[in-house]
Amino acid sequence: MPSTRANYDCETMRSVSIIGAGCTRFGERWDDSLRDLVVETGIMALEDANVSGEEIDALYVGNMSGGRFVEQEHIGALISDCAGLSRLHVPSTRVEAACASGGLAIRQGVLAVASGYSDVVIAAGVEKMTDVTGGTAADALAAAADREWECFFGATFPALYAMIARLHMHEYGTSREQLAEVSVKNHHNGNMNPISQYHTEVTVDKVLNSPIVADPLRVLDCSPITDGAAAVVLAPTELAKKYTDAPIKILAAAQASDTLALHDRRDITTLDATVHAARRAFRQAGLGPKDIDLAEVHDAFTIGEIAAIEDLGFVEKGQGGKTTEEGLTQIGGKIPVNTSGGLKACGHPVGATGIKQAYEMVLQLRGEAGKRQVDGAEIGLTHNVGGCGGTALVHIMSR
Amino acid sequence: MPAGIVSYGVYIPKYRIRVEEIARVWGDEDDVAQNLNVFEKSVPDADEDSVTIAVEAGRNAIKRGEVDPRRIGAIYAGSESHPYAVKPTGTIVGAAIGTGTEFTTADFEFACKAGTAAMQACLGLVSSGLIDLGMAIGTDTSQGAPGDALEYTAAAGGAAYVIGQDDLAAEIEEIYSFTTDTPDFWRREGRPYPEHGGRFTGEPGYFKHVTNAARGLMKKMGTSPQDYDYAVFHQPNGKFPVRVAGKLGFSREQIDPGLVVSRIGNTYSGASLMGLAATLDAAHPGDRIFLASFGSGAGSDAFSIRVKDKIEKIRCNAPLVEDYIKNAQYLDYALYAKHKGKLRL
Amino acid sequence: MSAAPRFWRHIPQRYNLIGTHCSNCDEYYFPPRDICPNCRRKAQMEDYKFEGTGKVVTYTVIHNSTEDFKRQTPYTLAVIQLDEGPRLTGQVIASPDEVEIGMRVKPVFRILGKEGEKGIIYYGTKFVPAES
Repeated sequence: MPSTRANYDCETMRSVSIIGAGCTRFGERWDDSLRDLVVETGIMALEDANVSGEEIDALYVGNMSGGRFVEQEHIGALISDCAGLSRLHVPSTRVEAACASGGLAIRQGVLAVASGYSDVVIAAGVEKMTDVTGGTAADALAAAADREWECFFGATFPALYAMIARLHMHEYGTSREQLAEVSVKNHHNGNMNPISQYHTEVTVDKVLNSPIVADPLRVLDCSPITDGAAAVVLAPTELAKKYTDAPIKILAAAQASDTLALHDRRDITTLDATVHAARRAFRQAGLGPKDIDLAEVHDAFTIGEIAAIEDLGFVEKGQGGKTTEEGLTQIGGKIPVNTSGGLKACGHPVGATGIKQAYEMVLQLRGEAGKRQVDGAEIGLTHNVGGCGGTALVHIMSR
Repeated sequence: MPAGIVSYGVYIPKYRIRVEEIARVWGDEDDVAQNLNVFEKSVPDADEDSVTIAVEAGRNAIKRGEVDPRRIGAIYAGSESHPYAVKPTGTIVGAAIGTGTEFTTADFEFACKAGTAAMQACLGLVSSGLIDLGMAIGTDTSQGAPGDALEYTAAAGGAAYVIGQDDLAAEIEEIYSFTTDTPDFWRREGRPYPEHGGRFTGEPGYFKHVTNAARGLMKKMGTSPQDYDYAVFHQPNGKFPVRVAGKLGFSREQIDPGLVVSRIGNTYSGASLMGLAATLDAAHPGDRIFLASFGSGAGSDAFSIRVKDKIEKIRCNAPLVEDYIKNAQYLDYALYAKHKGKLRL
Repeated sequence: MSAAPRFWRHIPQRYNLIGTHCSNCDEYYFPPRDICPNCRRKAQMEDYKFEGTGKVVTYTVIHNSTEDFKRQTPYTLAVIQLDEGPRLTGQVIASPDEVEIGMRVKPVFRILGKEGEKGIIYYGTKFVPAES
């Protein structure tokens, strides 16, 4: 593979920290609109950061498809307005990279602060998916894929991941049971997370017998339709102590792109975007996979997590299923993955997920994760993917 | 200069339903199949229609004769089941077979003889030198109303003929048509299923027009049934073509190669052209073929065709009618109804 | 919502698999690319009509579809590698137990979808097992 550029020079750019974070409960929030969710999370984050409106230099919001879900675009102006910041005329920008919109918002916020252009920046994410029927939601999500050359021929979003799963099973012997173990673990973790959409345990049998969505993936292999919002407050590390005793330092904020369509990928079972974003992140942080204590990865489908732990470098290519089955990624295992419940159990409000991952990491690194706390968590990694791998964001943070 | 068939191609969908299965559902007598001399019929897949069938048949014709599609100056597709009432099948066929933009097209309809009418139109344009090659297609995914007698035979299939003046696989020596205003079978605009006059479609319909067209052609040419090696008559069921052949003096041996209805049903606009293709699949250079189509409404087009040497060189470049007939997968009535869109959604 | 212009623009691709070929680096592209990822502005792109034959790289049987394809489920979707090199996504018309990784396929002309009862019909290319 050709070498990858670092594009984040830590010596000339100043260090950035998270000084506060908030996240709404994820689920089918019938009583709450997109605007309600944004306000709810905004208030949580600002109170956690001890920041007042006048101090905010910029807003970044990740939202995949306000237009298809609630017929609303111009989300940047919308959240600034809802947050009462329109009179302060705060610059507010919506970013979109399908399911990686949240992670992208964080990186954009980090760049704004690291460059010295802004001091206090909010990176938020929101998606309101239940105001339309399931069929319309599926169609909106399919826009994360290649509409002209995949969806037009009948591809659905689960179908693309299903094809990755089938080839992964064919080439590496990964089994359906191993895929199901991801769902079992993440439901178990989600059950301990107050904001999670689901608080139910599942078994391998239950997953294997749930209705087929796109063979070999079944309903319990797939993340749900969810409403939710999350936000983090960023500030230069040198100023962070002013706001909090427990700033979480961002050691790396890396991003990579790849072909949009699955059929154009170099290797269908590898998300090269993840591989390159991870390499860039590790180089920025001066670390390697073995230095990571825990990770939040993109398990839109169970195969997503299996491919992720391989592509991020935690295990060798092809070993993701086996090592998951052996407990590597459980709380108490060598590298706990998705202590929040992941996308599968915690839920996947598309634009918010990347921010929720950071929120979980903040709780873990502060020692505030309650029953799902990973002992001695010092360095964490978040991994957020757009579509079936067209974009990947990797952040590394530490206490 | 003589004009005729440069190449031909057919397409029959792979699904079938047995006549006895349809009889079972409607509580009809066991011997329906025997009475009609039709035992099973072809059924289109849910993603097939007259256009897709026309394209497959057209592509087979191009392939068989190694025809440069850009030479085609006219495409006429005849059908009772054009998917659009307004937007011709011919435009889609042209784009799919690669004609480029320099051609004319308009759709044809004349019940089951729309395909032969299209052939006559191509002959005219070609013989006058106005175009180089023409393509005539008969294609249908005909609908029989559930429980109606026609449901036993209404089938899906198509045949395409490239008409030209050079390099003929078969020369069309002469044509003759007999047409009247006879309401034996029709479908009003916007209605899903046709109506028919029952026994009225027999003598005053099929037999009158086919015998008149056939006798008219033979009188015009001074020929008789003995001058022909093969004969193809429109085949709405397995009985009518046998009876009309007998009436006109043609033998069972002459019509057998072209009699495909017993095994695939009546492909309507494609039917006589399908019978002709099955005959061309078997004929030798020098053989003479008699063809008379029939379309309700009503009319018959008769053709005298002389097979040339080229037929043996090109025959196997594309699937034969028999190849498609043999590629069969059977459905029960419920799946058949779903495929044909008879279930109101 | 009518997508007629977007569909019409790609009729050569959907009906006849017209892609591109870069004669600078000899790589084939389907769907067609205006910019060769290898050569970028040094590319020499020309149209190329693919045979349509190829093999199945991976596949899935879709049971839950978007609204447009609801009546067709279950159907098989595959990533197919054309003989000339590029890969595309397409439906394979075969029973689920017939399809396997590595199976050879050939193209057929079928209806891809319809815009409801009143809208246009989208035609295009699907695939069947090569021996059928």
